[in-house]
Amino acid sequence: MTTLTPVLSRFWDAKSSWTLDTYHDNDGYEALRSAVAMAPSAIIDAVKASGLRGRGGAGFPTGMKWGFLPPADGGPRYLVVNADESEPGTCKDTPLMLASPHLLIEGIAITCYAIGAERAFVYLRGEELHVYRRLLQAVAEARAAGYLGPDVLGTGRTIEVVVHAGAGAYICGEETALLDSLEGRRGQPRLKPPFPAVAGLYARPTVVNNVESIASVPSIIANGADWFAGMGTPKSTGYGIFSLSGHVTRPGQYEAPLGITLRELLDMAGGVRAGHELKFWTPGGSSTPIFTAEHLDIGLDFESVATAGSLLGTRALQIFDETTSVVRAVLRWTEFYAHESCGKCTPCREGTYWMKQVLRRIEAGQGTAEDIDTLVDTCDNILGRSFCALADGAVSPITSAIRYFREEFEAGMHTPAWDLFPYHRSAVVPVGELAGASA
Amino acid sequence: MTYPAVVEARLRAEAAEIIARYPVARSALLPMLHLIQSEDGYVSPGGIALCADIFGLTTAEVSAVATFYTQYKRHPNGRYTVGVCTNTLCAIMGGDAVWDRVSEHLGIGHDETTADAAITLERIECNAACDYAPVVMVNWEFFDDQSPESAVELVDRLRAGEAVAPTRGAAEVVGFREMSRVLAGFPDGRAGEGIGAGPKTVVGLKLARERGWVAPAAAARSTDSEVTSAPPTRKDA
Repeated sequence: MTTLTPVLSRFWDAKSSWTLDTYHDNDGYEALRSAVAMAPSAIIDAVKASGLRGRGGAGFPTGMKWGFLPPADGGPRYLVVNADESEPGTCKDTPLMLASPHLLIEGIAITCYAIGAERAFVYLRGEELHVYRRLLQAVAEARAAGYLGPDVLGTGRTIEVVVHAGAGAYICGEETALLDSLEGRRGQPRLKPPFPAVAGLYARPTVVNNVESIASVPSIIANGADWFAGMGTPKSTGYGIFSLSGHVTRPGQYEAPLGITLRELLDMAGGVRAGHELKFWTPGGSSTPIFTAEHLDIGLDFESVATAGSLLGTRALQIFDETTSVVRAVLRWTEFYAHESCGKCTPCREGTYWMKQVLRRIEAGQGTAEDIDTLVDTCDNILGRSFCALADGAVSPITSAIRYFREEFEAGMHTPAWDLFPYHRSAVVPVGELAGASA
Repeated sequence: MTYPAVVEARLRAEAAEIIARYPVARSALLPMLHLIQSEDGYVSPGGIALCADIFGLTTAEVSAVATFYTQYKRHPNGRYTVGVCTNTLCAIMGGDAVWDRVSEHLGIGHDETTADAAITLERIECNAACDYAPVVMVNWEFFDDQSPESAVELVDRLRAGEAVAPTRGAAEVVGFREMSRVLAGFPDGRAGEGIGAGPKTVVGLKLARERGWVAPAAAARSTDSEVTSAPPTRKDA
C-alpha cells in the first residue's frame, strides 16, 4: 500500500503558515544555508541525481534543464518560475503559494545560486490577488532576512526576485509565450530552437521551471538526492501533489509518491460521491487524454500513464461519475481551447473553432452522420501541426472521449446530451432543474 | 483625453518605479496597464496614450498588448468583477446553474455591467481551485464551494455596499481599482489577512496525521524516531 508523504504540504495547517517565522519553525532556509556551502555544480549534480522531473506537466528532468545553460559569459542569466497555473483541473501551485510562499522563495534562492543567476522572476497569473500579496510579502521578508538581496547569507552573491502578475491568458503557461509576455508583449509562443536555456528572457540564457519543481529543491538539498529518489518509481522519483476534484467524497490536495494509483487515492478520499460510480477522469488536466474505470490501477508516474495512452501532466485528477455527459465535458473544454488559442497557428486557431461548432451540434442532438469523422479528421490536422502544446492538448479530450464513449457522440445525432444525462444530476449543490445547454 | 497634470505626474513617477524592477523597460507594460486600470477603471484611451509615450511605442502597439489579455477591460468596469467559473469541472458541479441564476438575477450577461456600476459579470475559465468547485471569483479573490443561492446572496451584498470576505483571501474584497493597484505591484498591506489553507487544501495532510503517515527519513536525520517509523513508500513500478 502506498501512503501519503507530506513534504511540501507538511506545515500548511500551521497558524500563519505563510510567514517567515512559521517557515523558520519548520526548518525554513536551512537548505539554503547548506546550499551556499556547496559548489554550485554540486547542487546541480544533486538535483540531477534526485531524478526530479518538471512538475508543470511535461516532466523534463529539472537538473538536466539547468545543465543545458551555456558556460557563463559574463552577461546575465535568469530563472523564471512559471506560476501561471491555468490548466483546467490543476490546482496545486496556487494553494502551495498561498500557504507556504517561502518554500518557493527558498527554492528560487538555491536555484539562482546553483545556476549563477542574479535575478529571478515569478510569473504569476493575474487572477490570484491574494497569492500575489503573499508572494510579494514573502520576497520582502526573505530580503530583509538576508536570504535574498545584494549579499545572500554573506556569500557576496546577489539574488533579486521580482514577482510579476500576468493579466489573464492560459497560453502564458507555455514557457516561450510566458517569456514574451514577461517582456511586455502579447503572449505568443516562440519557435524552438533556440530553447530558453540558450536564448530565453531578453535573449539571454534562461531556466523556466514550474512552482512545484522549484519548491521541491530545498527538500532535496536538505535530505539528499537518495532520499528523494527513494520515493516514487525508478524513473519517476519523489513525491508530488495530487489534486482530486469533482465527484469525489473528499476532494483536495494529497501529497504522495509518484506511482500511487487513483484507486489508492480514491480510497483515501472516501471514494466517488456516495451512490455513484466512476465514469471517466483526467490524470493530469484537460490536456491529458481521459481515462476510465479500467485505468484505476495504473501507477500515476510518467511512464505508466504514458504506456496506458495518456500523460501524467500536473496530477490534476478530475473525477466524473456516471451522471456526467462526456459530450458536455468535452465541448466545454473545447470552448476553452478555442477561447485561449493565441491565434498564431492556423490549425489551432481555426480547428478549435470548428470543433467547438461541431460539438455544440452534437450536444444539442443535432449532429450529422459525418460529425464524428469530421472531429477525428480535424484532430489529425491539429495534432503536431502547431508551435506549442496547446493545440495538442485541445485534441486530447476529443480523441480520447470518442475512443471510450463513441456511442455518446453517435447519440448526439438524434438526442440532446441534456436529455441523456440531465445536467442537474451531476451538480453537487442544489441547482433546481437545468434547462438544457447553458449559455 | 489626457490626465490632469498632477495625475499624470504621479502616474509617470509610479511608472518609473515599476520600470526600475526590470532590466528592460518594456517588461513594465503589463503592470503599467494594471496601474492604468487602478486610475481609470479600465484601459482608457488616455492610459494607452500615456503608456505609448512612456515606452516609446505606438498606441496601436500598446492596444495590441492590452487586447490580448482578458483582465484588461475595454470599457469602464464595475466596482466588482464577479467571475463565475464555467469551465468543465465547475460547470458540471453546479457552475452552469450558478451562472444562470446570477445572470438572470442581475439581468446582465458576460462582460456586462449593472446599471449601478457595482458589478461586471464574467464567465471565467479555470481559476486553479477545482477542489472547491463550484468557484466564484470576486475581484480575483476566491469564493469557494458556491451554489446558485449563495452566489445570488453574494452579489446582493456587493450591490448593497456591504463588506464581503472571500473564503481564502483578504479580510474583505477590495474594489476593482484597489485590486488593480496591487496587481501593478504596489502592496496594500493585506497579505497577512485571511487563512493559509482552506479545509480541502489540507485534507491529505490531516489524513496523513491521523494515520501516522510521513515521508521517509533522510539518512542524516535517522535519529528522529517519529520519522523513522514511516513505512516504505517506494513502488517498484
